[in-house]
Amino acid sequence: MRSNFGRKAVLVAALMASTSMAQAEDVEVLHWWTSGGEAAALNVLKEDLATKGIGWVDMPVAGGGGEAAMTTLRARVTAGDAPTAVQMLGFDITDWAVQGKLANLNDVAAAEGWDAVVPAALQAFSKHDGNWVAAPVNVHSTNWVWANKSILDELGIAQPTSWDEFVAAMQKVKDTGKTALAHGGQPWQEATMFDGVVLSVGGVEFYKKAFIDLDPAALGSDQMVEAFNRMATLRSFVDDNFSGRDWNLASAMVINNEAAFQIMGDWAKGEFLKAGKVPGTDFLCFRVPGSQGMVSFNSDQFAMFAQAEEGAQAAQGEMAKAIMSPTFQSAFNVVKGSVPSRTDVPNDAFDDCGKQGMAELSEASANGTLVGSIAHGHANVAAVKNAIYDVVTAQFNGEYDAATAAANLVSAVETAK
Amino acid sequence: MAITATGADFRTRLQDWIPKLVLSPSLAAMLIFVYGFILYTILLSFTGSKMLPSYDLVGLSNYAKLWNLSAWWVAVTNLMIFASLYIIICTAIGLTLAILLDQKIRGEGMLRPIYLYPMALSFIVTGTAWKWIMDPGIGIENSMHLWGWDSFRFNWIKDRDMAIYTVVIAAVWQTSGFVMAMFLAGLRGIDNEILKAAQIDGASNFSLYRRIVIPLLRPAFLSAFVILSHLAVKSYDLIIALTGGGPGRATELPATFMYSYTFTRNSMGIGAASAVIMLMTIAAIMTPYLYAELKEKK
Amino acid sequence: MAAVEQDTAVRTGAASRAFIYFILLAFAGFYMMPLFVMIANSLKPLPEITGGNMMAMPQVWTLEPWRQAWSAAQIGVEPTGLKPYFLNSILMVVPAVVISTMLGALNGYVLTKWSFRGDKIIFGLLLFSCFIPFQIVLIPMASVLGKLGLAGSIPGLVLVHVVYGIGFSTLYFRNYYASFPTELVRAAMIDGAGFFRIFWRIMLPVSGPIIVVTVIWQFTNIWNDFLFGASFGGQSQPMTVALNNLVQSSTGVKEYNVHFAGAILAALPTLIVYIVAGRFFVRGLMAGSVKG
Repeated sequence: MRSNFGRKAVLVAALMASTSMAQAEDVEVLHWWTSGGEAAALNVLKEDLATKGIGWVDMPVAGGGGEAAMTTLRARVTAGDAPTAVQMLGFDITDWAVQGKLANLNDVAAAEGWDAVVPAALQAFSKHDGNWVAAPVNVHSTNWVWANKSILDELGIAQPTSWDEFVAAMQKVKDTGKTALAHGGQPWQEATMFDGVVLSVGGVEFYKKAFIDLDPAALGSDQMVEAFNRMATLRSFVDDNFSGRDWNLASAMVINNEAAFQIMGDWAKGEFLKAGKVPGTDFLCFRVPGSQGMVSFNSDQFAMFAQAEEGAQAAQGEMAKAIMSPTFQSAFNVVKGSVPSRTDVPNDAFDDCGKQGMAELSEASANGTLVGSIAHGHANVAAVKNAIYDVVTAQFNGEYDAATAAANLVSAVETAK
Repeated sequence: MAITATGADFRTRLQDWIPKLVLSPSLAAMLIFVYGFILYTILLSFTGSKMLPSYDLVGLSNYAKLWNLSAWWVAVTNLMIFASLYIIICTAIGLTLAILLDQKIRGEGMLRPIYLYPMALSFIVTGTAWKWIMDPGIGIENSMHLWGWDSFRFNWIKDRDMAIYTVVIAAVWQTSGFVMAMFLAGLRGIDNEILKAAQIDGASNFSLYRRIVIPLLRPAFLSAFVILSHLAVKSYDLIIALTGGGPGRATELPATFMYSYTFTRNSMGIGAASAVIMLMTIAAIMTPYLYAELKEKK
Repeated sequence: MAAVEQDTAVRTGAASRAFIYFILLAFAGFYMMPLFVMIANSLKPLPEITGGNMMAMPQVWTLEPWRQAWSAAQIGVEPTGLKPYFLNSILMVVPAVVISTMLGALNGYVLTKWSFRGDKIIFGLLLFSCFIPFQIVLIPMASVLGKLGLAGSIPGLVLVHVVYGIGFSTLYFRNYYASFPTELVRAAMIDGAGFFRIFWRIMLPVSGPIIVVTVIWQFTNIWNDFLFGASFGGQSQPMTVALNNLVQSSTGVKEYNVHFAGAILAALPTLIVYIVAGRFFVRGLMAGSVKG
């Protein structure tokens, strides 16, 4: 019924050439969650808002992990026609807040007590100058390894706990002729592996110094060379056909017994679950060996754009409230594979990997070992993130060796800063 | 060719103004939406614009940064490889097919739409289809293996040094039929008497084409060159759909470079600087053509 | 004007004719292959694609992917398929093609038959505009559309496509009209016909071929545009944007058969235009546009 209304509204808008068709009690949501599972998860939110009489005007733009959507957003904002809420990652939120385009959610946040339940590392992005500007939907973490249990059992490989054990395990798999590491050759996927590798080499301290403070000495250090060496090691365990492969096809290789491991964020879990695999029995999830106890995270948030009309502001507030409600957080994240962005959500509905992720998140948050992901724009601004992509992906594809990569990293970051 | 108003009566003067009035909306739109925007881009290239335009002037520093970015040089080199191969191969295939199709071919009516239809598809569709066909895991290589030719290798799209040539293949596939149509039209416009006279003089088929026909096709060559060069410089969608700029950054072109710096890297100033360089290149290519085009009609 | 059916003076032997046919058919195969792959795989169930031979015909034939792509696939939060976006594309393409073709015809007419001082420069300016990379106009265009109140609407998209289509349509008509005898126009003027009367009665009736070329060119370019549609479409996104949302989904099983069916659906209108009007296309090109 709703969808019918939506379609008609689109048609009417097209015919009438009306510029802002969103009614005061509607929210217009720009996002790139267009696949079945994600869209189903968003539908939970949509229906929830519908019960409060708030309409949902959908504005999906898929592609490039949100790159196409961000271009659309820029055109919309420049035209003075900003959507109500926009799916956004990390420093993009800060950038828009600096431009003064975001709404102030302090009233809702205070009424709902967000300050107490959202981890500080997330608040760094959801708040700007002490004001809430975005509602975090989930927390993903990137330093995960997904492993095919039957291959490991068959070869008598125990879950590796150190980098050397991990390498030995991959070697064992490779010797049998199977692919040891399933990987898709796209810059962001290589950078995602890099998150875990950097943590495994130098821990949180080195990670922060190099990639959050952008200290040139750390960026060009021997530890960095070692990190690139480990990337080269990983490269040697990847099949020949990796270039350009989508990450979910790499996951499928692990699911279908073609490959033993994949290093990927926890969204990969959704692929395993959808294929009917059970955590612990069919597949294993563990942190990149050497980075146990640390979590590199990224968080999807809905950044709220400033609205002129009071009705729109009210609807926006309701939407923010609905996003942060524990029931939605649980329902959404169970589907999405991530963990809730507030630490007080019961973990009953989650599987073992999800439970582990939730426990490790609050642990890492308490110990100060929760760091923003380099690969997903939670360590630095887009220009720097992409400069790091350039070097990581070039070295991974064999354009230069580890020492050159470290040197290039220093200059690339310097140029982009 | 021009009609000069001889009578000075009111009606004629009105008739003098109507053409200019008719032209003016297009001209105004052009001045604003093309030349205004180009000036605006030039302005942006001298500012420190990041995510949205800002107007703090930073002199030539964006150009200096651009000059030092290895990614830009990779993109420029790729464009030179891509554009020259693309233009040459398209022209060669287009001309060959047009000449062959012009030999009283039965079924020409069937063949022509087959050659032409790729132009109807968007580059996104082309890129997706070719990405699939050239993927060693599922495409031609896999099919050949399944058909028993185990040593068959075609993995260019996964090879850093060869990937740019896969872009050429897909792009040639898309536009060479269109070029064929232009040459065919040119061939059909040639007066048969000239050809007959040459044949009576004993010219062989080969020299007939080389000496007489091809020189007569000069306008078609020019048109083909203009259309192909502008498609080459603007190539964006095809790269995104076919290789995503990979493996690594091996198939970036200036258009993808500009887009990524402007929109995904929040370095609008550098993006604008690269756009200005691209525009200057286009202008350098276009000016001789425009000059010839305009002079001829005097 | 010569007929499209050719009458070449070249004589060829049987062997070389066989060779010619071989080359022509080989190229036909090259051009058909991607379309064959797309159609064949859009008619297969998914497991047959992921586990099988891409170049093979379907073992189990199914139309389900086509139904999915048209009316059931998930586009954003709505499982609507591409159907609702089809109308958006039509509403955008038809006025944009009509307006830009009309303006191109008028401009070409003025530039060739009513020349005045500076007309060459104006034509040069129009022609150069064909070559502007569209990425650079996004931000300034967005702010202009915002000021005009056309952002996120179909009229806004029409405006954008008309503006960037004028260059090519003017080029086509100018080159076509340039070979039209000016004496006829002059004679009509002496008879007292005015600007529009001459255009309507003399120029338009002979413009059939070039109108076909321009309409095909504009229709294809505008229908296939993604960048402007995604940026300025707002709630009226055209079909290409929906196709992108279908094909580019970030997670989940890639339903290649549905993707290919969707890609063909999105390309169908332009394919039909090319196949139906293709033979007029060569005639139209021949009748002027390539005679620099």
